[in-house]
Amino acid sequence: MAFYGFFIGLRLPESIVRGMRGEKRLARNGDMLVIMQSKKVLGIEGTAWSLSAAIVGHDRVYAEAGHPYVPETGGIHPMAAAQHHASHIAPIIRQVLDSGVGFDGVAFSRGPGLGPCLRTVATAARALALAYDVPLIGVNHCVAHIEVGRWQTGCHDPVVLYVSGANSQVIAFRRGRYRVFGETLDIGIGNALDKFGRHLGLQHPGGPKIEALAREGKSYIKMPYVVKGMDLSFSGMMSAAKEAAATHSKEDVCFSLQENAFAMLVEVTERALAHTGKDEVLIGGGVGANGRLQAMLDAMCKDRGAKFYAPPRKFFGDNGSMIAYTGLIQLEHGMTLDIADSAVLPNYRTDDVVIPWL
Amino acid sequence: MEKRGAEAVVELFPDRVIKTRVPKSYRIPELDERLRSERTRAEAKIISEARRAGIPTPIVYDVRQYALVMEFVDGRPMKEVITPELSRAVGVLVGRLHKAGLIHGDLTTSNMILRGDVIYMIDFGLSFWDGTLEARGVDVHVYYQTLISSHEDHEALMDAFAEGYRAAFPEAADDVLRRVKEIEYRGRYKTETP
Ligand SMILES: Nc1ncnc2c1ncn2[C@@H]1O[C@H](COP(=O)(O)OP(=O)(O)O)[C@@H](O)[C@H]1O
Ligand SMILES: [Mg+2]
Repeated sequence: MAFYGFFIGLRLPESIVRGMRGEKRLARNGDMLVIMQSKKVLGIEGTAWSLSAAIVGHDRVYAEAGHPYVPETGGIHPMAAAQHHASHIAPIIRQVLDSGVGFDGVAFSRGPGLGPCLRTVATAARALALAYDVPLIGVNHCVAHIEVGRWQTGCHDPVVLYVSGANSQVIAFRRGRYRVFGETLDIGIGNALDKFGRHLGLQHPGGPKIEALAREGKSYIKMPYVVKGMDLSFSGMMSAAKEAAATHSKEDVCFSLQENAFAMLVEVTERALAHTGKDEVLIGGGVGANGRLQAMLDAMCKDRGAKFYAPPRKFFGDNGSMIAYTGLIQLEHGMTLDIADSAVLPNYRTDDVVIPWL
Repeated sequence: MEKRGAEAVVELFPDRVIKTRVPKSYRIPELDERLRSERTRAEAKIISEARRAGIPTPIVYDVRQYALVMEFVDGRPMKEVITPELSRAVGVLVGRLHKAGLIHGDLTTSNMILRGDVIYMIDFGLSFWDGTLEARGVDVHVYYQTLISSHEDHEALMDAFAEGYRAAFPEAADDVLRRVKEIEYRGRYKTETP
């Protein structure tokens, strides 16, 4: 900390710095902080299919390595995923350490997620923190999706549409925490798409293939559209899509499924904007990479006079950088863990985390 | 004066309001027109049905394809004024509504207006007829979620609501409130397994 004090007040007129997205530009007043805070954190993500580690500072991602678990058949098998993580975590960490970049803390995805996967990652993180004698930081996976999005896009206080495998949530900050305003009452949109992909005989993950097929679709097949307040239900729509697949072209069914499901998601996002009075929307989570969903959110925001933000593509799926970055801001706010109190939290809720930085 | 809700533009006049469901450019026109006209019709029908069941709602003067003309309820949104006492009164209204076989579908504190000491329910576009435990449970869950996400002291507000709901609908209230807990539990213990 004394180290920071030395630089405070030092002006860097006209110097060239790197912005949030790595572009070069002239330094502004606010850049002082970015330049001063040279701390970095090593973060490990491993809540489900993704196993990824990264070293991140305020200015950029310094190193990243990953090895995703791809299920041989069907969906994710928790024990198989944990075994995958256990056998690949050492080489991945070795890779980021080999970058030679130092770090001031070790962060890990503490939950929510699959217990066996979380425990594997936590064990590695504890060992690293002890070996390097740096603080251990437990990160909420959902909060990390939000924070990496805020970091990468520069938005401030958005309504967040978080769309991953199991989750579809509308989240916004209010009084010290990120609150869930609405969510799916049954399946998450990512799992719904992947399941439907398997039904069509597409390779896992189905989402991107469905997106490609949908681009060729032309006629809309009517499907159940179920919005309840800011909550959603996808199960009726999924049954209808499977039925429709027996008699219609793949392209038309994928088109209809996307139009229907995404309109529901955008509608609840708009409801949250109206209810909270905010004027920014941020998208995150694996399904967020879908171009059609992004275009729809952007159109909704334009109609309402709100602004839409999407991070670069590589930050949508679960990744080590989002854990490292969130770990970094937690470290700066003293939100670290004693090893003895660092048990994983498979049902860690977004609104369990107190957010002091917003 | 004009108000913008989640899906409608509401023009306010001293003697009436015109609520128009405006086109959404993010939806394909087919889906967009279907939703706007279906919801306008549902709202017109159920708003009057609810009043017959003893829930204060604005009187509907005219129904158009995508618009309703109705009574102006000059009051304050529940969002700004809610207290445990008012939340108890909301519980009574929702109990009556459910007892009549109706589901509101969008029970947020933005969709209730306090005029004098009378609570009016508005925004029946997502309403439907359903007497099942699940539908009633989800309806109450939506209300609870707004309390949790948007209001301090939500536990007192939820308890007060339950009290009012029990008083108005004693024969089903306990089952519905148990179902609400189940629905919350389902959401909380979702993991990444498909
Ligand atoms: N009958 C009414 N009297 C007074 N204000 C109304 C009336 N109907 C709607 N409003 C106002 O307009 C807002 C939006 O109307 P609402 O019916 O909730 O539409 P939306 O579906 O867009 O949320 C309400 O929150 C309320 O402030
Ligand atoms: Mg409304």
